[in-house]
Amino acid sequence: MTTHQARPPSYDADAQGWFGGAGTGFGGRFMPEALVAALDELTVAWHEAMADPEFVAEFEAILRDYAGIPSPLYHAERLSQKVGARILLKREDLNHTGAHKIRNVLGQALLTRRMGKTRVIAETGAGQHGVASATAAAYFGLDCTVYMGSVDTKRQALNVARMHLLGAKVVPVDSGSATLKDAINEALRDWVASVDHTAYLFGTAAGPHPFPSMVRDFTRGIGDEARAQCLEQYGALPDAIAACVGGGSNAIGLFTAFLDDEDVAIYGFEAGGDGFETGRHAATIHAGDRGVLHGARTYVLQDEDGQTIESHSISAGLDYPGVGPQHAHLAAVGRATYLPVTDDEAMQALALLSRTEGIIPAVESAHAIAGALKVAEQLAAEKGPEVTMLINLSGRGDKDMETAIEYFGLGHEDVVLSDQVTEEPVGDVR
Amino acid sequence: MSVSIAFEKARADGRAALVGYLPAGYPDVPGAIDGLLAMVDAGCDVIEIGLPYSDPVMDGPTIQAAAQAALERGVRTADVLRTVEAVAATGTPTVVMTYWNPIEKYGVGRFAADLANAGGAGLITPDLTPDSGPDWIAAADEHDLDKIFLVAPSSTDERIAMTTAACRGFVYATAVMGVTGARTTTSDLAGPLVARTKALTDLPVGVGLGVSNGDQAAEIAAYADGVIVGSAFVRVLLDHADDRAAGLRALTALTEDLAGGVRRA
Repeated sequence: MTTHQARPPSYDADAQGWFGGAGTGFGGRFMPEALVAALDELTVAWHEAMADPEFVAEFEAILRDYAGIPSPLYHAERLSQKVGARILLKREDLNHTGAHKIRNVLGQALLTRRMGKTRVIAETGAGQHGVASATAAAYFGLDCTVYMGSVDTKRQALNVARMHLLGAKVVPVDSGSATLKDAINEALRDWVASVDHTAYLFGTAAGPHPFPSMVRDFTRGIGDEARAQCLEQYGALPDAIAACVGGGSNAIGLFTAFLDDEDVAIYGFEAGGDGFETGRHAATIHAGDRGVLHGARTYVLQDEDGQTIESHSISAGLDYPGVGPQHAHLAAVGRATYLPVTDDEAMQALALLSRTEGIIPAVESAHAIAGALKVAEQLAAEKGPEVTMLINLSGRGDKDMETAIEYFGLGHEDVVLSDQVTEEPVGDVR
Repeated sequence: MSVSIAFEKARADGRAALVGYLPAGYPDVPGAIDGLLAMVDAGCDVIEIGLPYSDPVMDGPTIQAAAQAALERGVRTADVLRTVEAVAATGTPTVVMTYWNPIEKYGVGRFAADLANAGGAGLITPDLTPDSGPDWIAAADEHDLDKIFLVAPSSTDERIAMTTAACRGFVYATAVMGVTGARTTTSDLAGPLVARTKALTDLPVGVGLGVSNGDQAAEIAAYADGVIVGSAFVRVLLDHADDRAAGLRALTALTEDLAGGVRRA
């Protein structure tokens, strides 16, 4: 299934990386001059690679033979019965390393080799992108250094061990809030000094041009495959599609194929943390404050002086105070709808999917499940049980067992988990 | 008042200008002002005041530590303008060095107006290049402010030409590929970068990133119009956190050493 030279993406950026136009839109490149030459070089190399059939064929062969891609599109029948609508899951949790992220890192690492660079660096929050980067570096024989906030290296010791086993160097970052955003800062500082031989494997569809568009190109197979699978298996497109949004790489990977399908409603679910009203959340688009973070104009959690505010989420992968600029654009023009899902709603959905389908999702993906099931119930109430909701199950939950043990008090006989779909209606549509 | 006046005066004296940096708000707002005034008295020709920011991707550990402490102590954008006002009142050209988001949040036009009212000469923008900064360029031109953009060893001649065409005041040449921080040896990348830049503009060219003593200053002053020193000054304040009077004496001594350096070349 050749997908990565499919039709050009809609709602795309202009040549300078602006989604929706310079000045009024989102994206661009707010970066030190020292990195501009490297970003220009990367932009040219990425364009040439994506236009080269040999590069695309090699990328897809590696995805197939090494990472188990395309992932299946699975009809979750017991869950569908409960909701009263047809629920389809794009099984990115079955990919090598357990999430959609392997697509992005294999694409960027293959490009790194093509550019003749020998070292890769990456940032990571919970460690998933770090593990994926270390995996890709091992596969291609590249040196790898991963920057990780020292708060995160302590709470994600297992992933630190994985990266070590895969041969990567893990550098704990103590500056700032010692979490993901500071790991990105430190990776950028490394890159300024090492750019002649080092590629920065950015972990999400955010950052300066060309990263938002390039990461989308490497992850868009999710939606291209799902769209074809849905048509082949059910003879029709879904009524709605849904994904969780932190930086937004799995979401833009799913959404891209459907942007021109006007009858397909698109939903992104952000981390609502303790609840939007508490201020302890990572619902960047929902909070809706324009700014510049990590090289792009986008929505940013910030105070009245423009200082970045720490985000909060039970899911480390969604715990980021910015969001990819293409999502900001899709929200601004109304092509996609972004809603917050709280920690509690996500954890209930995690339990529900585990008990109903025998699939333990990542806490990130559980946000998509929780939000999408509520929307599906509403759609089914309007249109009937033939309604189809396609959800990107972006990762598996093995990494989140500590979180689940703590949240549910697992391991005691008297723990009773709900298997009900959340009853609260979805939040206000932005 | 444009910083170019200070560069012209130094050139008339047959030497390079000394540009000194401290972030506003460290150890606190009055403490930073005292430090900057000591640097003016001891021979800095131009003052750069840093606006502390939560995500400073171009700064090494020294400036990060001071800026973070300033933010934790509650420094605000208005305090930076207050600091500018106090220093500019000495008649020494004073610019603000800032990452872009705090300016965008404050309002680009409003910041330009308030900076001009405070007596500030302009802005140095480490993460804003001219091709991404039309709003700032328009606001600076409206309020008669300097626009100091950076060139780097990795910049193509085409980009240096574009950047210097948009600059006013001086051109900031980053001597190393790396973040701010004192280094024991000066960079061999700085000389060729200054030569390439001077071939494309008549503006003065200042060299920064890594300078920590008078000998390094003299080395750079041999080929550049200005020597920019930041982390070394901040290091002095961090090292004298418990004794401000000693910190001010040490700032004065370092400034005198550097001022001697720019006159030795």
